[in-house]
Amino acid sequence: MLSLIQIVLVIFLFFALSRVVLRFKGGVVSLTGLMFWSSLFALAIVAVLIPDITSRIARAAGIGRGADAVIYASIVLLFYLIFRLHIFLEDIKSDITEIVRKLALKDIKSKNAKKTS
Amino acid sequence: MKVLIGIPAYNEEQTIEGVIKSLPRKIKGINKIDILVVDDGSFDNTKNKASKSGAKTLVHISNRGLGGVLRTIFEYARIEDYDMLVTCDADGQHRGQDITKIIEAIIKKRVDVVVGVREYNTKDSPKIKVIINYIANILTFFLCGIYTNDSQSGLRGFNKKAINVINIQTDGMEVSSEIFKEIKQNRLHLGEVSVKAIYTDYSKMKGQKVSDAPDVLFRLLLRLIR
Repeated sequence: MLSLIQIVLVIFLFFALSRVVLRFKGGVVSLTGLMFWSSLFALAIVAVLIPDITSRIARAAGIGRGADAVIYASIVLLFYLIFRLHIFLEDIKSDITEIVRKLALKDIKSKNAKKTS
Repeated sequence: MKVLIGIPAYNEEQTIEGVIKSLPRKIKGINKIDILVVDDGSFDNTKNKASKSGAKTLVHISNRGLGGVLRTIFEYARIEDYDMLVTCDADGQHRGQDITKIIEAIIKKRVDVVVGVREYNTKDSPKIKVIINYIANILTFFLCGIYTNDSQSGLRGFNKKAINVINIQTDGMEVSSEIFKEIKQNRLHLGEVSVKAIYTDYSKMKGQKVSDAPDVLFRLLLRLIR
């Protein structure tokens, strides 16, 4: 039986996964990006659904304590937000560069347009 | 056949005139050589000095970085239908005769892209730059799938096919590696020629710094996984 926090996290992670797939389909995320982010979120889903795995890994790593749900959920959320923020900033920077380029080349393009007309 | 020599420049008023004067104006088999300086938002007199020295100039109203400038240069070469493009640094690091070597290599070796590989065995070569360049070459190989002996060289030549297919996306210094990803993806033929780099206190100061390396690597990795 799944606990409430597991259900919330799984729903959120599937949402994050769907956003990555949509971004890939939209051409914003590369194939490598799709593989990286979807693997990350898929692993997180497995860890949420089978928490023993994290406990086993924690024991194997010598941490000794099981997953702290709040900290782990926060890390997943932060990962996702950083990913979104990164894409957002890169898009804005790219847009600014494109505007700057268009302004720089404006005279050249209008000169060529006059030549051809 | 007409050739464009493209120079990205950011606050280079000290060297830009000397660089433009050192460039070749006549090369056998080439009908026309134009020089284009793209001023990347400089706050000094770079643009005016470049214009007075006879170069065509374009101005970025805001500083966008090396990748942003190189893309503008490529775009200009496409609009004006150049047969060949050579990019070179504005800090006086490259010699005019090496640009001739790059152009001749594209014609004679029948390659699409030629990289000017800087000789690092001279006594003036800064050791730290040699190490950074070597690490950058290895990383470029792993991240972009192609090995070159000088991934960070600013002296590169492109034929018409390369001008038309290379699509630069990055804005910063990581463009130096991105170009090799484009070469690999578009199955372009890469050649290399040995060139001499002139190391002055100014060019050492203006080139890539050790502190840039983590940022460049981080941006390259993020671009791969985005």
